Order: sequence, then C-alpha cells, then structure tokens
Amino acid sequence: MSLDNYLYLSALLFTIGAAGVLIRRNAIVVFMCIELMLNASNLAFVTFARMNGSIDGQLFAFFTMVVAACEVVVGLAIIVTIYRSRRSASVDDARLLKL
Amino acid sequence: MNGTSQMLVYLIAIPLFSATVLLLGSRALDKVGHIIGTLASTAAFVVGLLEFFAMLGRAPENRAVTQPLFTWIEVGNFNVGATLLLDQLSICFVLLITGVGTLIHIYSIAYMSHDKDRRRFFAFLNLFIAAMLLLVLGDSYLSLYVGWEGVGLASYLLIGFWNQKPAYATAAKKAFVANRVGDVGLSLAVMIAFVQFGSVSFSGVAEGVEAGKASSLALNCLGAALLLAAVGKSAQFPLQAWLGDAMAGPTPVSALIHAATMVTAGVYLISRSHFVFDVASVAQLLVVIVGAITLLFGAIIGMAKDDIKKALAASTMSQIGYMILATGLGPVGYAFAMMHLLTHGFFKAGMFLGAGSVMHGMNDEVDMRKYGALRKYMPVTFITFGLGYLAIIGVPPFAGFYSKDKIIEIALDAGGAKGIILGSITLLGAAITAFYMSRVMLMTFFGSKRWEADAHPHESPALMTIPMVILAIGSISAGFIFNLGDRFINFLNPVFHSDHSGHGEKEHLLPPIVVSALALTAVAIGVSIAIAKYGRGKSIPAVAPADVSVWTKVARRDLLQDDLNEALFMRPGQELTKALAIVDEKVIDGAVRGVGSLTLDVASGVRRTQTGFVRSYALWVIVGAVGILATIAVMSL
Repeated sequence: MSLDNYLYLSALLFTIGAAGVLIRRNAIVVFMCIELMLNASNLAFVTFARMNGSIDGQLFAFFTMVVAACEVVVGLAIIVTIYRSRRSASVDDARLLKL
Repeated sequence: MNGTSQMLVYLIAIPLFSATVLLLGSRALDKVGHIIGTLASTAAFVVGLLEFFAMLGRAPENRAVTQPLFTWIEVGNFNVGATLLLDQLSICFVLLITGVGTLIHIYSIAYMSHDKDRRRFFAFLNLFIAAMLLLVLGDSYLSLYVGWEGVGLASYLLIGFWNQKPAYATAAKKAFVANRVGDVGLSLAVMIAFVQFGSVSFSGVAEGVEAGKASSLALNCLGAALLLAAVGKSAQFPLQAWLGDAMAGPTPVSALIHAATMVTAGVYLISRSHFVFDVASVAQLLVVIVGAITLLFGAIIGMAKDDIKKALAASTMSQIGYMILATGLGPVGYAFAMMHLLTHGFFKAGMFLGAGSVMHGMNDEVDMRKYGALRKYMPVTFITFGLGYLAIIGVPPFAGFYSKDKIIEIALDAGGAKGIILGSITLLGAAITAFYMSRVMLMTFFGSKRWEADAHPHESPALMTIPMVILAIGSISAGFIFNLGDRFINFLNPVFHSDHSGHGEKEHLLPPIVVSALALTAVAIGVSIAIAKYGRGKSIPAVAPADVSVWTKVARRDLLQDDLNEALFMRPGQELTKALAIVDEKVIDGAVRGVGSLTLDVASGVRRTQTGFVRSYALWVIVGAVGILATIAVMSL
C-alpha cells in the first residue's frame, strides 16, 4: 500500500476537523474537531518520517501530543467554567469580546 | 607696561556680595538691609578713591592697571580672560558710579523708609552698582557685555520695583525690550570683532584696527553695531522711547540709573571704542547725526512735559545727545563728552533727587501744574535744585557752562557746513534747555500755590538733603575744577591718544569768547521766554490747556515716538502674532487633530470585523493559512 494514502487520510481528517470547527456551535464538539486536526497533522508527520527514513517527524508527533494534552486541560477547564456561568456551551453565546 | 592691582575685584565683589546677601537673606535683615547696602556702596567708593590716588601717584603713561581674574573662554587660540582694566577713563566712571551711587543710597534710606520692600530695593541698587562697575572695568567687549546686560536687568527690576501697578510693570518691560534691540547691536559688534580680529579685548581690537586687519566696510559695520548698542542703552534716537516711561521707578533710581550712570554707558562704549570710530568715518558721522537729532528731540519733548520727572528725563536724553555728538567729533570730542558726562552726573542726579524731595513733600504728586511757590517751604531743595538748574543751562561758573560750552565750541569747529549746522543745533539746544529748565523751576518753586487740598509741603529729612547738598556743590565746582589748566583733558589724554596740546592754537571758526557769548545769549533768550510765559503774574492752569497748536500736542506725545513704534513695530508684530496663532491653530493643531480623527475613522470601520464569534475568527485564520499556502505554492511554481 502506498504511503500516499496515509497522507490522503490525513488531509481528509484535517478537513473534517476544520469544517467542524467552522460549522459546529457546541464548544465540546469544536474542541474535539480541533483534536481531530491535531491528530491529522500527527499522522502526516509520522508518514513523512516514514517516507524520509528519519525519526524527526515522529519526534514532532510526540511534541504535538504533549501540547495537545496541555491544551485539553486548559481548554476543557475554560469550557466548563463558561458553562457554569452561562448555562450554555455554545461558542456563539460567548461573544462579549466585541464592540 | 601696565601695572597690576589686586584691589579691582573688590570694587565689583563687595556690592555683588551685599546684593546676594540682601536678596537671599531672611526678613531679619529688613531692619539693617539699607545699612548693609549703603556700606557696600561706600566701601566700593573707598576702594575707588584708593585706586584713584594710587593712579595719580604714577606717571601718566603707566596709570592703567589690570587684574587678571581667571581664564574665561579658551578655544583653540581664542582666549578670553576675565580681566579687569582700570585706566583714566574707567576711573572717572568708577568714581561717578560709586560716589553718586553712595549718595543716592543714603538718600534712599529716607526716601524708601516707608516701603516694606526697602531691603529688596537696596539689593537691586547694589546689583546695579556691581554690574555697572563690571561694565566699565571689563577689559574686553565680552566682559563689558556681561555688565551691559547686568545693568539692563537691574534697570528693569528697579523701574518695575512697584510692579503691583500694571503701568509700571509695562514701563519696565518697555525699557527691557528697547534695550534688547540695542543689545543685538552689541552682540553683533562682539561677533564682528571676533571674526575680523580674532580677539574681543579692547587692546586686541585696537591693535587689529591699527594693523589694518579689517576693511573699511567691516570697521563701519562694527561702528554702526556699537552705535546701535549705545543708542539703546543711552535712550538715543530712534530707541529713546523707553526713558520717559522708565520714570515709573522710584526717584533715586531715576537719579542714579536713568540720569547719572547707566544711560551714559553708551557714551562710555563709544569713547572706549574710539580706535574704531577714529577710522570708521561713516559710523562716526552716524554718531554725530544721532547725537544731534536726540539733543533736539529731547529738548523739544522737555518743553511740553508737565510731569517733573519726565521733563527731567527728556532733558537727560537731550544732554546725552550732546555727549554722543561730542564723541562723534573725533579725538577732541571724547574728553569733552566725558567731562559733560561727569558734570551732568552731578547736576542731573542732584535735580532728580530734588524732584524726589519735592514729590516726597507733595504726596508723590509729579504734575508741576499742581506745584508752585515751593521755595518758601523747601528751601534746601530749592537751593540745591536751583544750583543744578544753573549748571544745566550753562551759566558760568557752574559745571554745565564749562562742559557744554566746550561741546558747542568743537561742534562749531567741525569744519564747513557740518560745523555750522552742528553749531547751530547745539546752540539751539542750549536755548531750549534754558527754556524748559526755567519752566520747571518757575512752575515748581515760583508763582502761586496750585496744590491739591491735602498737600502739606515740608522740607525733607537730612538724610535726603545732605546728598542733594553734596551734589549741588559738585554742580557748582566740578566744571571749574575739571577745566583748570585743561587738567581733565590731560588726565584722559593717554587713553584717547589725542593731542590736545595744540588745541588752544588751532584755527577756530569763532573765537572761544564769541562762542561763550553766543551760548549765553541763547541761554538768556530761553530763560526770558520762560519767564515771559511762566513768570510772575502768569496764571498756570491746573489742567494742561487743550487748545494748543498741533506742534505742542505732538511734543506732549513725545514727538509721536510711541505712535511710530506702535505703527511700525508693535501693530505689525501683533498682526504677525495673530497670524501665527491662526497657523498654529489651523495647520499645526489641525495636523495633530487630523491624525487623531483619521485613526478614529479607520478604526470605526475596521472594528466591524470584530464580531465576537469565535468561529468567524477561526474562518479568518484558515483563510489566512490557505492564503499563505497558496502564495507559497504559486511562488514555487
């Protein structure tokens, strides 16, 4: 099986994630879509590592996972806090930062 | 060849120290401030006298002494030392400044006794003495400049001493501004001297002139710049307008600064720069013209003034015109100018003090129309003022006769039409002087009482009359003593290097005895007209009559000098200021405000993109990322 297919899959997953971020209103779902985009890029990293015979890409994938884990901690905390105060997890409801 | 003296610095340091103490000291000094000030001035006078006697003990050619203080400016081979120079010319001024100054300090103790700011007054007087001494003792134009500005400052502070009255504060400002115009001349002169001769010391410039380092044009420019400086400081035409208003200051100030000393600084400057004017014929001619115009100008204004101090101020202007005229007449003139300067210092200071004494007794009334018959009530003031009067109009053997007569004489001897014109002007001036001074005398001390109801004239205390008596003695004797065997001329000779020995045998246009007779005739005419108009039996209206000829009106308005200044300089200046204010408001502020409002407008458009929807921000992020990728893709094709 050609390694290209992994790249196609990666691109597909990234697109689904991006579309989800743009389309969905529920913060949890948006958040999951962001995770999907991160993992799509991880897949691309690993694939390129394999293609180039270098482990740099795998290393980057680990970095991404660590950062993503941290991001989940902070992001979920924010979402939970917003939900507690506003009784809503819709990203469109939290739009106070405008003129 | 010049000796040195370690004492010169004390002349300046003592009054300066006293001024500092009085200005910075606490109220505790209020009780003794006037005594400290007077003692400082007296000490300076004693130092001056010691120096004078030491000078007389030396041979005439070695009489100048110097005292190097420190190196002031040292740039490359340009070197200005703060050096004091005392020669025959300076000592005349030193004795005049400290001598008359001390008398006026004593007078002021009584005159200012009711003023709560007396300590400040004495501090300023001391400051003036110190600055004026620096002016005459500096050995370079730069040191002179420092003193020049110092006396300007002291004059400003003292004219505006009662600055709670807006009119007085304005008078002080006017004097300061007019002086500033003249100061531009002096700073230009310093620059020209530096450029042309690489030196600003008197000796350096004199050597440079002698060596022919400068072109005739440069020398004439230098002379004209010096003349401008002298014109400003000495209230000569066309910068004379400030002197009349300067009478706003306390009367002792008018006597010391605006009659005896500071206003004569211009004469000093020209005499000191004789080496320039001796070779700059155009500038010298300008000096004569300025002097001649001013001597008539002042005299005409003097005829129309009812304010006793302003009449005396106009007279000062006119007498300094005589001096300036004399300095413009070349080597023979300097010494005579100095002689008139010194005698004028005596009699005019005396008369101002007399005027102050009259004001003191008349509730500070200055309008001569409200005086009259004061001779019975103020005998000492009357006699001392009268002696000053006889001196200024030039009655022999009083001081003014000797000094003014000499000036008329040399004016007539100037040669050709110039001599005849100048001689006529000086004679006419003498006649007018006699007229207006007689008018002052008659209106103040003779005639009927025209006092205000609450006036109780009385003789002034001894502290005021004694200085007046001493100055009156000077007015009687100074001219005679100076003239004894040409003593004064010979004394000054080493400074001006002029050969006066042949003066007696020189070809005269008219013999001296005829000149004296002419001058006395002119004086007699002036006095007779005054007696005919203001003498016994003539009524003097309490308010100046309004139905007078246009000439009288013009003279009352100071020959339109203020109107001219206002029309030529003040109004255009105000218009320029207004225009600049508009430019500032519209253009500069407009630009600043424009930047602000532009930013606001742009921002209020751009801020619509900030919707608050996270998803729309995310869309922009993705659009941006895609855009960058697309660009990279296109570029790498």
